[in-house]
Amino acid sequence: MTIQDHDDSRASGSLLEVRELTKRFGGVVAQDKISFSIEPGIVCGLIGPNGAGKTTLFNMITGIYQPDAGQVLFNGKDTRKMAVHQIVGAGIARTFQHVELFGSMTLLENVLVGMHVRTRAGFWGAVTRLPWVKTEEQEARKKALQLLDFTGLSDWADKPAGDLPVGRQKTAEIARALASDPRLLLLDEPAAGLNAVETEQLGRLIAQVKDRGVTMMLVEHDMSLAMGISDNVIVLDQGKKLAQGTPREIQNNETVMAAYLGQG
Amino acid sequence: MAQNTKKLWIEHSLFLAVVLVAGLFLENAYYLQILTFIGINTLLALGLNMLMGYAGQVSLGHAAFYGIGAYTTAILSGTFGISPWLALVAATGAAVFIAFVVGLPTLKLSGYYLGMGTLGFGMIVNILFREWAPVTGGASGFVGIPPLAAGPVNFMSGRAYFFLVWGVVLAAILICRRILASRMGRALRSIHDGENASLAVGVNTHALKLQIFMFSAGLGAVAGFLYAHFVLFISPGSFGFMASVKMVTMVVIGGMASVWGALFGAALLTLLPEVLHGFAEYEMVVFGLILMGVMIFLPQGLTKGFMDLISKRRRRDHSRP
Amino acid sequence: MQELTQYLFSGITTGAIYAVIAVGLSMLYASTELINFAHGEFVMVGAMALVTLWVHLGLPLPVAILGAIALGCTIGLLFERFAIRTARSPQPIVLIIITVGASIFLRGLGMITWGKDPFGVPSFSSHDSIEILGAALVAQSFWIVGAAILLAGGIHFFLKQTLTGKAMVACAVNRKAAWLTGIPSETMAVLAFAISTGCGAVAGIFIAPITMSSYDMGTILGLKGFCAAMIGGIGSLWGAFAGGILLGVLESMGAGLISSGLKDAIAFILLLLILYIRPGGLFAAKEAKRF
Repeated sequence: MTIQDHDDSRASGSLLEVRELTKRFGGVVAQDKISFSIEPGIVCGLIGPNGAGKTTLFNMITGIYQPDAGQVLFNGKDTRKMAVHQIVGAGIARTFQHVELFGSMTLLENVLVGMHVRTRAGFWGAVTRLPWVKTEEQEARKKALQLLDFTGLSDWADKPAGDLPVGRQKTAEIARALASDPRLLLLDEPAAGLNAVETEQLGRLIAQVKDRGVTMMLVEHDMSLAMGISDNVIVLDQGKKLAQGTPREIQNNETVMAAYLGQG
Repeated sequence: MAQNTKKLWIEHSLFLAVVLVAGLFLENAYYLQILTFIGINTLLALGLNMLMGYAGQVSLGHAAFYGIGAYTTAILSGTFGISPWLALVAATGAAVFIAFVVGLPTLKLSGYYLGMGTLGFGMIVNILFREWAPVTGGASGFVGIPPLAAGPVNFMSGRAYFFLVWGVVLAAILICRRILASRMGRALRSIHDGENASLAVGVNTHALKLQIFMFSAGLGAVAGFLYAHFVLFISPGSFGFMASVKMVTMVVIGGMASVWGALFGAALLTLLPEVLHGFAEYEMVVFGLILMGVMIFLPQGLTKGFMDLISKRRRRDHSRP
Repeated sequence: MQELTQYLFSGITTGAIYAVIAVGLSMLYASTELINFAHGEFVMVGAMALVTLWVHLGLPLPVAILGAIALGCTIGLLFERFAIRTARSPQPIVLIIITVGASIFLRGLGMITWGKDPFGVPSFSSHDSIEILGAALVAQSFWIVGAAILLAGGIHFFLKQTLTGKAMVACAVNRKAAWLTGIPSETMAVLAFAISTGCGAVAGIFIAPITMSSYDMGTILGLKGFCAAMIGGIGSLWGAFAGGILLGVLESMGAGLISSGLKDAIAFILLLLILYIRPGGLFAAKEAKRF
């Protein structure tokens, strides 16, 4: 299992570059000429009032939605022509706002599916069970167990994913997303539904993932987590980018304050 | 993990034992024949089960592949005198290829649209069987399919054919099991559990659905091959909309996403007409009621429905305070 | 030229039959988002009931027609109550199989009630056939086309202009929101089924004079009705009407000009083409909804 070779972006060395990204749903402009770039190795927080278009942005980066205008460049490559699974192969993974684990499968199997893009065995491999297939399977399992260990979920490896307590399910999704060896991990409200202790654990996990060299972008309503863990913060409001800067700069930004406090 | 494999070995050995006992000791030719038909229908149900139960794709035209298998071997071995075993390869290949061509655009549809697309495809193929009279014999059917033989073994006797069919069924079950236990099987089950999430973690869902569609078409063609050389006469009526519906019923009743469920459903639906022979009039009414009843009350199928009931009762009895 | 005109006329007649069937189907989808694979059997019920009431029992035609429609509606209501509403899982695959099962059940009932023999029914009016441009048009054709136009127009008016109709559409678009505004969605579903199956029965009633009616006439008619509804755009009533006429004409032309054996295939080939190229149908205003 090897990670594809990534060419670094020629322009600015940024990992992800979003240029004038626009998306309309009927008459509503969900994203209005959003532009920003993310350096490799950082944690970038994405905040904004509800309905600001944060999940829509994630959906466009991951290829679920096609933009009406603008570009998404990942490692210098335009992702618009790529299918969702190809974008995962290129190195972008994500978690969901509402946990979408595969309920009938064990946690280990969930993580193994996460590894789908990095493994090869197909129909004939399954039927013939040649040596290389067996080796690939063994190594995949080993790596999956390591990931579960890393995220503190080893005890649940053989339990149905649906049986996990809610807090653990969110972590499980992160483990599954990490299985594809992503360069960029998008976390959509990972702290939603977690209590204070669990949120703290999440924060530590994110820091550990960062140590592994994974760049992250997270949508979060929990301000202490978002501000505490992010190197860079982008603020969206009603589909437009309001501001971008360090957490401190954002906290002192009056336009941002107005956006949060002035509206519902 | 080892426990699971052991359980599988026991299941397969038991299955093999039952098949051997039935095949060697049953004297009644009629019963052997029925069991052979159950075997052929199991092949159909197995393939469709993988498609509907795991990949979650409804197919209302699967009889088309059954018919393609039967007619290909009938024409090649009957009209052109080609060895049936070669015809088998051609029949399976034809079905898989057609499944690829048809599946490519059709599997992009979902829900009702997919059902309709597969239905339309099935109807068109059936009309082709009916109208291309010079090649297929038309509505009156195709006569003169040669029986099978492999070296010294002549497959005309009921017992020999019984073993042939059930041998293929066992092989098909093993293949299905292997697929389900593999990377491909996990990806399939992930589509079943949540297609959006499956796509989001990198599974090429469209390609996978297409592969399973092709696999199930291949199994259908093999079933058609076995059917043709068993009854030695085929007609378009056996491969129409009702046949497709029967196949779907087998899978649905047995329980989608269950290998033994496919066998159970096939057995039930093969035996039903025999049981209702006295009430031939009522066959359709009963059939329709069963379909409706199962889907209304036990949409997960009888096998799983039963198991759920049993495990619920067990949980109640052993409930901890 | 004369031949073409004849094909055209018989095509319009058949097309009107498909149109009436398609209108009922589309109407149900427009109000409940359900596709009823058993719709064709209601056509059969209408036709066979007419045979029994008008021909065998000798009741006056209007009474027989109303009776047949009533029977269709009643079965439709029972169907909705017991098959659709009690279903534990509303996934498309489940609903498809339920309605397919219902179609087999109804067909079986039809066979038990009326036997396997086909029945003929006299034309509604005893006019001779009319000659236009050298081609003959049977009187019943006018009845059928008239019925198709009335039905499509009537239901269209109902759904767009009356409060109840608009409520029904609201339920299809967003059931919860409709319920929140006080629309009784269950009643709406029941009403939609009654109207849809009633339409099916009407189709059967008007078809009976020009085809032989038997217990198994419903299947292929229902399937072709789908094709017509899909061609026009499922959920659009005028689309169903237009799709039906178009299908009828194309079938007739194809059968006459190319080969009569492949006539049945035309509907399904068109269906596949529409599904691949323009699933919204030819006349749908907005993009087709994906289930």
